[in-house]
Amino acid sequence: MPALAPTICMNERELLDLLLADARRSTEDLARMLDADEAAVDDAIERLEEDGVVGGYQAVVDWGEVDEERVVALVELNVTLDRETSYADIAERLARFPEVQTLQLVSGDYDFDMRVEGDSMREVSRFISDKVAPVPEITQTVTHYVMDTYKDRGVNFGDGDDDDRLSVSP
Amino acid sequence: MSEQDRSGDVDGTGPGGQSEDGAFGISQRVQETPPSGIRRFFELAEEAEDVISLGVGEPDFSAPWAARDAAIHSLEQGQTAYTANRGKRELRAEIARHVDAEYDLQYDPDEEILVTTGVSEGIDVALRAVVDPGDTVAVPDPTYVSYAPGVTFAGGEICQIPTTEDEFRLTPEAMAEAGADEADVLLYCYPNNPTGAIMPRKELAAVAEFCREHDLVVLADEIYADLTYGQEHVSIATLPGMRERTIVFNGFSKAYAMTGLRLGYAMGPPEVIEACNRIHQYTMLSAPTTPQHAAIEALRSCDDEVDEMVEEYDRRRRFVLSRFEELGMDCFEAKGAFYVFPEVPGGDAEAFAEELLTEAGVAAVPGDVFGDGGAGHLRVSYATGLEDLKEAMDRIEAYLES
Repeated sequence: MPALAPTICMNERELLDLLLADARRSTEDLARMLDADEAAVDDAIERLEEDGVVGGYQAVVDWGEVDEERVVALVELNVTLDRETSYADIAERLARFPEVQTLQLVSGDYDFDMRVEGDSMREVSRFISDKVAPVPEITQTVTHYVMDTYKDRGVNFGDGDDDDRLSVSP
Repeated sequence: MSEQDRSGDVDGTGPGGQSEDGAFGISQRVQETPPSGIRRFFELAEEAEDVISLGVGEPDFSAPWAARDAAIHSLEQGQTAYTANRGKRELRAEIARHVDAEYDLQYDPDEEILVTTGVSEGIDVALRAVVDPGDTVAVPDPTYVSYAPGVTFAGGEICQIPTTEDEFRLTPEAMAEAGADEADVLLYCYPNNPTGAIMPRKELAAVAEFCREHDLVVLADEIYADLTYGQEHVSIATLPGMRERTIVFNGFSKAYAMTGLRLGYAMGPPEVIEACNRIHQYTMLSAPTTPQHAAIEALRSCDDEVDEMVEEYDRRRRFVLSRFEELGMDCFEAKGAFYVFPEVPGGDAEAFAEELLTEAGVAAVPGDVFGDGGAGHLRVSYATGLEDLKEAMDRIEAYLES
């Protein structure tokens, strides 16, 4: 029998929503918002992590605001499969590289959508030409360098909406 | 925000109620209407520095982007003319579909729905349409600040009904005690501003029976209907024998975060909507056009955004309730709108609110402003981001300990 995906109960689903919106909230605040005990929230988070539902927590960084070069490229990959090699095999091989931030199998004109990050264009180009393109199953790569990011993982990088409401109103 | 914006009236009452020497003899009914107590707090809050405001009676979200985008598109298309007096037919049809799906309310978009410039206009025209001089309008106490002045402007008399001390609900007993059996109209707002109280089905049915028995018509301001937590909103017009004696008001300000776009609607039997429209067509012509385009899109495609906002309010509600409990300030579990209504230590809400503002840098409106029934309480709005709410509650805690 195939392993079943872990089931998420109602309260945990709401906890997930809260963590998705802001993973840095304290357990104490989460407990208040969920009307639950802190211990129960801690347990639930631990369970979500152990079951692999929550894979990690990261900051959403606007590199345009940092005085440091950061290069992001979106790479389209085409592959050919054979009896011995599956998409998962190729993916596993690529995902091991720390330069690969995101790797997804997608529908459409190409097979994999890969997000690569590096400290310079040279570094990213070299990675793709030296490490990715030579993989035997990969037949084609198309690299798009990101020129500007406006929104990432639901976070808008523009100026926030100022609160222009009157301070006291009926 | 510019100084000019800031100097605007927050509640339309203007700075003074007294007639001063000048060319104009200010009318009796205006002179008799005191300026709202909200204004004093607004001015105090504006003077203070580094204030976190829990005194805001409107959402902190912006209208869903799809709705704003539709409004922008309509402007690009040059749609800046009047609409039909009753509002765009397309909008009325969407409203009819929406209230049927959400509240089991069935209204004919051609004859039973009037789109107004906010619920405020809807209530104003309805009061003027049904109240004759000397008629009595019963309102719960505490309640929203605009009802009593609206009744005065329409030439009616107010009958205040004290609400229950634990949950701020209307009961037939309190209505009878206050003499509301002699009243002609019941005007209320549930989910309630300022208390956050709701009227569950059973309690509402008792009020409906009282209205049928004593022949009151009902003006039901349901602007917060979408904002209930763990309990579904029940519209009084869905109860037996009530549809024919009720005007239901709702709008886009709260659920769709469109307060400044000023758009609401009134729904009721054809003859009374026609009467409301008689006033509306002469005084307003039509509700503003651009917001009507936003509203059509809001009803068509923004359910998810509304659900998300409601979930967020609920989390903040639970956070604030849990903090007040911890601070030892008694606070009933408000299940609607975006207000909680804790009791203040010592019982003098005006003094407490003023000190909280000047000493602790937290603005909240004293309950007295909403009527005697609100005395001893504070209206705390949680239409503010969680970080600010946390900080405000910490400040209140520090203030209570000092």
